[in-house]
Amino acid sequence: MSGVIESLRVLFGGDPKRVPKQEMPEEVRKLHAHKFSDKERIEAIRIELAHKEKHKMPEKKRRLRWAVLIAVNMLFVLSYYFDIQLLEGALTASRFMGFHMADLNSALQVMLAFKHVVINLLIGTATVFVLWWLLGGRTFCSWVCPYHLLAEWAEMLHEKLRAKGWAMDIQFDRRARAWLWLLFAVLAFATGYTVYETISPTGIVSRALIYGPGVALVWVGLLLLFEIFFSRRAWCRYACPIGLTYGIVGATSPFTVHYKLENCYHEGECRKVCLVPHVLDLTIKGRAPALEQEVGADCTRCLRCVDACPTGALTIRYKGLGGLI
Amino acid sequence: MAQKKRMTPQQRARRRFLNSILLTAGVTSVSLLGFVPVAAEKLDERLRPPGALREDEFLAACIKCGQCVQVCPVEAIKLADLIDGFGVGVPHIDARDQACDFSCDGLQCVLACPTGALIHEIAFPSQVDMGIAKVVAPEKCLAAQGKGFKGLARGPDFKGKLRYAEIDRWHPQPVASHPYDLELCDLCVRQCPIELQIAQCAQEDEQKRNELGLVAKRQPGECPPKHAIELRLVESNDGVKRMVPAILEGCVGCGVCEMICPVEPAVIVIDPTESRKTSRGMRT
Repeated sequence: MSGVIESLRVLFGGDPKRVPKQEMPEEVRKLHAHKFSDKERIEAIRIELAHKEKHKMPEKKRRLRWAVLIAVNMLFVLSYYFDIQLLEGALTASRFMGFHMADLNSALQVMLAFKHVVINLLIGTATVFVLWWLLGGRTFCSWVCPYHLLAEWAEMLHEKLRAKGWAMDIQFDRRARAWLWLLFAVLAFATGYTVYETISPTGIVSRALIYGPGVALVWVGLLLLFEIFFSRRAWCRYACPIGLTYGIVGATSPFTVHYKLENCYHEGECRKVCLVPHVLDLTIKGRAPALEQEVGADCTRCLRCVDACPTGALTIRYKGLGGLI
Repeated sequence: MAQKKRMTPQQRARRRFLNSILLTAGVTSVSLLGFVPVAAEKLDERLRPPGALREDEFLAACIKCGQCVQVCPVEAIKLADLIDGFGVGVPHIDARDQACDFSCDGLQCVLACPTGALIHEIAFPSQVDMGIAKVVAPEKCLAAQGKGFKGLARGPDFKGKLRYAEIDRWHPQPVASHPYDLELCDLCVRQCPIELQIAQCAQEDEQKRNELGLVAKRQPGECPPKHAIELRLVESNDGVKRMVPAILEGCVGCGVCEMICPVEPAVIVIDPTESRKTSRGMRT
């Protein structure tokens, strides 16, 4: 339970708590101490990184994730194009083979603005809540949100440009997202308009794919340009209230990325690729307060860290299914 | 080369804090720009799909998913772009291009709406309250000039569709595939879905009276209780009596008359403003 609270605190923008050495269990302290003195470890990392430089490993899980993301969005597009009524609507609200689904943040905006909930919306919201709780919450972001994919491509460009010194990475306070979430909730309630939907790149891109492009894509383009030149993944990291909504849902999800201290060499490859590196602070040398731990709620389960970790310290875990996955 | 000043941790934290305030304020401000088209009452001129609640409630309740767009058999419904501000992704109809002709009978868009932005209590076209037709240029009306109409109402390139029940009750036909030959142009009256429904009901009643056919028990509102449009003999200033379209109480604002009017620009157009400001989403 305290783990969930800490995970939510970090989700809302707090810095991950550092557990003092003396409060760690004996075996954890031993392991940390061992690693500090371990010369072999340093040598192993050197070899491993050299190896990695030579043999670029394909990011298999990333390819799978992109395939899923594109498939889900294409299902919307093709369903409408061929009029097969498989997945009708857009990401904000839809019907999958007749069953109502409503994006949790869009539903929240409508409920707050309209102050009246029809039964179909309630069913759709509940369905999606359960679905994303089972699937990990922010899994929505990296596996379904079409803006996420555009932002990932922008990020690749950003990294290239930054290596040449042509782009910078302004870091913002992550609490900005929590404030924006609150502001948009209050605005919806107070003004009676779904204010956030006006600028939601998720809704805009989803509708553009299904119903055709429009001027609204200019806004999305500006966001991407900002991310490319000024701040890596700024929208998803510091602004998007949808991410926070799904993060809350996923805080207690059984689907997590699992960290095992014993296997970790602390070289930080995982944090380099992570969209939300604060959730991986526990992989910093000397930080992990337990032998094993789940990565926090802000994690989008994109699994890039699992691909990046050369020593298998980060793995996929579905609680209750044991070692089935 | 200019020496880059190193900031102390306090300065860095301060800079970060200010940047974050700017980010939050910036994003909020951009989103609030969406209020401009609403404040300018630009959106009140939009013809909304059947069952749309009063404009302010409609914008609040619509989840911007376009399910109404997808079910419409004549593809009358379009989603607005960012120029509509808070109305981005909200459905509307351009009646001149493609009116709502109730081809679907059961108001599919209303059934598809997941949030009740299109009011679920509505079941029949005669209950719809989208707006009201207005004859904006009576002097240009072919009927008022005593003229007939021969040919394609909107030319060969017009993409719009209509239900021509006598040809195919279930599949709307392109208006461009249906030539007319009328001694006196009465297209707006002839194609009015409300008038067609009234005629259909009368025909069924007739058959029932003659016990020629079985008629299912009717629901209230299934047969429009009031006429929507008629050609009326009016004496104009020069003393000549002419037929002009007169809009009656039963008009629901579907826009078929606007779409079918062969005069360019249309003599008859839908005015949704009154409905958008006061409507409950349906007629009671």
